[in-house]
Amino acid sequence: MSVAVLKTEQATRSPTIIALTRLLQSRSFLIGAALVLAIALVALLADVISPYDPLRNSFRTRLRPPDAMFWFGTDHFGRDILSRVIHGARISLIIGLMTALLTGIAGTIIGATAGFFPVFDNPIMRLMDALMAFPAIVLAIAVASVLGASVVNVIIALSIATMPHTARIVRASVLVVREREFIEAARALGASELRVLCRHVLPNAFGPLIVRLTYVFATAILAEAALSFIGVGPPPPAPSFGSIIAQGRDFITEAPWITIFPGLAIIVSVLGLNLLGDGLRDVLDPRMRT
Amino acid sequence: MSARLDQPILSVQGLTTALARSHATVLEDISFTIAPGEVVGVVGESGSGKSMLALSLMGLLPSAVRRTAGRIVLDGDELTSGSADHWRETRGRDLAMIFQEPMTALNPVMRVGHQVVEVLRRRRGFSGYEARKEALNLLRLVEIPSPEKRISAYPYELSGGMRQRVMIAIALAADPKVLIADEPTTALDVTVQAQILDLLRKLRRERGLSLLFITHDLGVIAEIADRVMVLYAGRMAEIAPVRRIFDTPQHPYTQALLASIPDMKGPRGRLVTIDGAVPAIGSMLEACRFSPRCPYRHEICERERPPLGLVSGDQAAACFRPFGYERPIEAVS
Repeated sequence: MSVAVLKTEQATRSPTIIALTRLLQSRSFLIGAALVLAIALVALLADVISPYDPLRNSFRTRLRPPDAMFWFGTDHFGRDILSRVIHGARISLIIGLMTALLTGIAGTIIGATAGFFPVFDNPIMRLMDALMAFPAIVLAIAVASVLGASVVNVIIALSIATMPHTARIVRASVLVVREREFIEAARALGASELRVLCRHVLPNAFGPLIVRLTYVFATAILAEAALSFIGVGPPPPAPSFGSIIAQGRDFITEAPWITIFPGLAIIVSVLGLNLLGDGLRDVLDPRMRT
Repeated sequence: MSARLDQPILSVQGLTTALARSHATVLEDISFTIAPGEVVGVVGESGSGKSMLALSLMGLLPSAVRRTAGRIVLDGDELTSGSADHWRETRGRDLAMIFQEPMTALNPVMRVGHQVVEVLRRRRGFSGYEARKEALNLLRLVEIPSPEKRISAYPYELSGGMRQRVMIAIALAADPKVLIADEPTTALDVTVQAQILDLLRKLRRERGLSLLFITHDLGVIAEIADRVMVLYAGRMAEIAPVRRIFDTPQHPYTQALLASIPDMKGPRGRLVTIDGAVPAIGSMLEACRFSPRCPYRHEICERERPPLGLVSGDQAAACFRPFGYERPIEAVS
């Protein structure tokens, strides 16, 4: 009897809502989401909450250690590190988010084409294998140095570097969904191939992609720091986590706070994104499902 | 609609399919017709080509299988001579299909009502509001309790029988001239199975639905079919009205199938089985394919392919035995 009641109460719960309810029970997702949300909020409200202009030089406040006035200290131009980290969150998050979006879109198109149309499978995937043979960071360095240093180019470079693996993941789940019976049922109702792919295959193949994209997001933030460190990241003076660390490199013994605080910011955002991704994987990964 | 009573709504002539690589035949020379409002049953054991027949009619053969000969004419429209696009247009409008596994044949991330509505809008040009109203009517027609609530349910929230009803509603949304049902009751409990059969019978009575009903269950066939085609190893063994199949089966394979139905009356003995198995594709004989398992095997059976011969006015069998092991005159269907 109670089962019947339960059934009608749930009668309109969509798979998305079910996934969300389960997510809210996952501790790692909640912690990760809280961290990511906090950083995102900081980035959004950067202009309001940062105590100083992140670009203002001041000779008198050069290399001040953290104190009540400059919580995170200042750099060799006398700029407030806290303000720079707050504004850096903006650029770092934008790079992470845009890279995740771009790689997601490109990976979906390429992976879905390869997985759904057998003719394209071999040519496309062998090309992806070739791209994957390069270490992602080396590929990103190469692309970024060819295109030149700018935020947009860093995003493009990182998207190209992370795309092959993403395409692989999409292809794999498309291959699985393609063989399910409701796909044939859709064809039996006269749906065109493109429609079958977009309406029936892809919505059922997105789980692993979403998980992958949170990792791409985190990887992009790390990779941006690496690119900045070797000088092909977003150009100064605009701060990003990576560029603040890169500038603090020369003062690491006398003024370690310049590198420590943006480093902590990277740790918090990457940790947050990875926890978020773990929580998502627990809920969305088909192998974990009953 | 345009079909006259004496004219078949679906006519299949000499349908032959083969594996694209090895050219081994999968279906050979299948010919039959379905009259408007008629239910034709197709029986055979696993591997006899039943599902392949359904897919050939839908124009949805897997890429490894090709149609090498034969014509499929649906209500005067020769599908086999038109383009692939024309055949696709026909699917979901004049031709619809329901599948064996109701648990997997619905898109899990789409509300069931939406899956009905989509067919109505895309294939029959209903507006959004009309489509929803008609979808409710269809769900009511297939006897889904409280359809107003179920229309926004997701497939996982419904039981197997309920999902099969939704599948039928989706197929009916197309208002097809012929509905192909590929083992629609096999995956269901016996009681649910009976309900689904009742429903199909009702639809046929009320809507004049023509049905090609594929199953391996002779009990189900007896309940629903007007005529029965027995398939063996990709060939037609026998085709006849359902009464004749059960009362005077001509092909030894049909007889063996009937003998293997357990008898509820009388003393319990060992279950009767047919020795051997359906030959695998590629290792099939040119001569009578049932001959290795046939108790009445004759020398001619191992040499020649038995044509489908007319035993009486409406019963044809591909066997030499009813004709005294002589070559019969081939039946034209």
